[in-house]
Amino acid sequence: MRFERRLDQPRWLAVAVPVGSIAVGFALMAVVLLATGHAPGPTYRRLLDSAFFGDGALSATLVSCTPLVFTGLAAAAAFRMRLYNIGGEGQFYWGAIAGVGIALYLGDRGVHSTPAYIAATAVAGAAAGAAWAAIPALLRAFAHTNEIITSLMLNYVAGLVLTYLIIDSHSYWRDLESFEGQTFPLGKMIPEEAKWPSASLDAFGGIVLPLGFGIGAALAVVMWLVYARTRFGFELQVIGDSPRSARFAGMRLRRKVVAVMCVSGAVAGLGGASFEADFAYQLDPTGLQTSFYGYMGIVVAALARYNPLAVVPVGFLLGGLVNAGFTLQGADFPSGLVGVMQGLILFCALAGEVLLRYRLRIGRTAPRAVDPQAEAAT
Amino acid sequence: MVLASVNDTFVVVIAAAAVLYGTPLLFAALGELLAERSGVLNLGVEGMMLVGAVMGFWAVQRLDVADGVSLAGALAVAAVAGAAMALIHAFLVITLRANQIVSGLALTIFAGAAGLSSYLGNDLNLSGSPAEHAFSGLDIAGLGDLAVLGPILFDQSALVYLSWLLVLVIGVYLARTRPGLNVRAVGESPASADAMGIDVTAYRYTHTLLGGALAGIGGACFSLQITPQWVGGLTGGAGWIAVALVIFAFWRPDLCLVGAYLFGAFSALPSTLQARGWLTSIPSEVFSSLPYVMTVLVLVAVSSGAARRRLGAPAALGVPYVREER
Repeated sequence: MRFERRLDQPRWLAVAVPVGSIAVGFALMAVVLLATGHAPGPTYRRLLDSAFFGDGALSATLVSCTPLVFTGLAAAAAFRMRLYNIGGEGQFYWGAIAGVGIALYLGDRGVHSTPAYIAATAVAGAAAGAAWAAIPALLRAFAHTNEIITSLMLNYVAGLVLTYLIIDSHSYWRDLESFEGQTFPLGKMIPEEAKWPSASLDAFGGIVLPLGFGIGAALAVVMWLVYARTRFGFELQVIGDSPRSARFAGMRLRRKVVAVMCVSGAVAGLGGASFEADFAYQLDPTGLQTSFYGYMGIVVAALARYNPLAVVPVGFLLGGLVNAGFTLQGADFPSGLVGVMQGLILFCALAGEVLLRYRLRIGRTAPRAVDPQAEAAT
Repeated sequence: MVLASVNDTFVVVIAAAAVLYGTPLLFAALGELLAERSGVLNLGVEGMMLVGAVMGFWAVQRLDVADGVSLAGALAVAAVAGAAMALIHAFLVITLRANQIVSGLALTIFAGAAGLSSYLGNDLNLSGSPAEHAFSGLDIAGLGDLAVLGPILFDQSALVYLSWLLVLVIGVYLARTRPGLNVRAVGESPASADAMGIDVTAYRYTHTLLGGALAGIGGACFSLQITPQWVGGLTGGAGWIAVALVIFAFWRPDLCLVGAYLFGAFSALPSTLQARGWLTSIPSEVFSSLPYVMTVLVLVAVSSGAARRRLGAPAALGVPYVREER
């Protein structure tokens, strides 16, 4: 078995590889299920039902998908430049903290205009995410510190801040007045006017389209335009592919590193704000820390091959998985299945990436044609 | 009794606990060091540790034999489980030349707190019960009560002594043996190593798998000694700290030991303070965040200034080796 570098990458493979990865991921998961004594057929049927085909499944999937679109875009923005921001998780938390904080503050000030709330929560969330991302960004740019580890360590710190705000203190975010809030540590609810509106579509038996999803989709288009059509985007690509050439061409590496990291953090933070204002309405440290939206964003971005436009459909597919994971928790739906499956799909995508760059030759002798189907399945 | 009271002082208690909490970090960091010295960066340490922890715990619950045998068996199972996880990474990055960073992240997502380790923990019905057998202090030659040194050096578990032995063995292996020299050659310049007739692929596979095995044992330190039971995500980022430790230790096994105990001390601080009721006015989260914050600070210190040239980093770290393209 030999690999031969491809001179050009066929376009159809760029679509076939992610699709094939998902298919092979499902097949491998079936093996895992069988090996642990679960029947794959019924498990998959229930999974698909609660993700896409059942009553209200699509609306619920959009709820799980919206944060993933944001964190996926955040990861894609940075990974594209080979800047590995895995702090999306913590930046997401900070977006949630700031979004809820500003909504509560404006509520106390007696603000009633929903557009004002939308603008304030979005800006506060993005700013908080960007500020949290600025720490690894500045350390990377000026102290050459590995951003993978610093951004990840800060996730744990952000998680501890969440726990402190709701469980371990009487902070502004904690509900101390209601009966439930006095018996159990809970976050304060944001005012009714602060909740982001949603649109209802009549298609497929009624879908609720949250505002956050719309913002995420619009953001994906903007990011794609910036990356594909501007000088800034071009420079990022060069820096990612070859930092040395970029430096010789006079590009300002430090500024780009800080800018891209902060943009990435801002998008993740906006996701956190949208998560609160669209669905959660109160700061819930356990819920936030057990959803792993930030880490899943990396899966989404990698499957989308860091293309912002592809993040939306991939986010939707994985959102379905996540939603099924939430609703199906219980005796015959193994927990952890969603993570295992995402990992398997990601492994397949990584293996498939090889097929984009190399041609697989089997045998030592003269090259012969390889069946593309077999190639995609490897 | 005079001796015992010295051993109850804060400093001695923290130092003894630092060794306890540092041991999983040491195992995992030594494993990562072996993989990185051969040129393979594996960011899946956290995932491999968790799978090692859950499988080691499973083995100890199922092996109904004498303490020592059961625990040794559990360690072997944990090592195999960790190595199995590392095999996925090795295949992807060595044979298929995938991006090492993304593959390592994928491994952590696959095996980590929301993935295989939690799947196995639930499926094997492991949570909620304490370990049937657990590692505990050995009190070597009755010296455990010795002032100051007793609890720190002589009343540790077999895991600790095993880790010391490992530091020594890996140090000698890398510095003084032919295969160890070959590993370093493969990590520094795979093309030259290949020209010398060293099998680059075989060396990288072996050391990535060894790294996974040690990470698995590191994870088992949590489920068989520190906790000692199975709780989802019980490593709490220790795998990532181990990755940072290797950088901090300039890829040297002896410095891994120093670093592991330093971070072990930070990890031990919150519970020790709480047990004494000290500094209760400061939120406990401040102390809990210390290991993470210190990791960042130490990395900054190590990566700037004189150490900027990545002292000790294998030159070919993270770069796939393709014979046709050298």
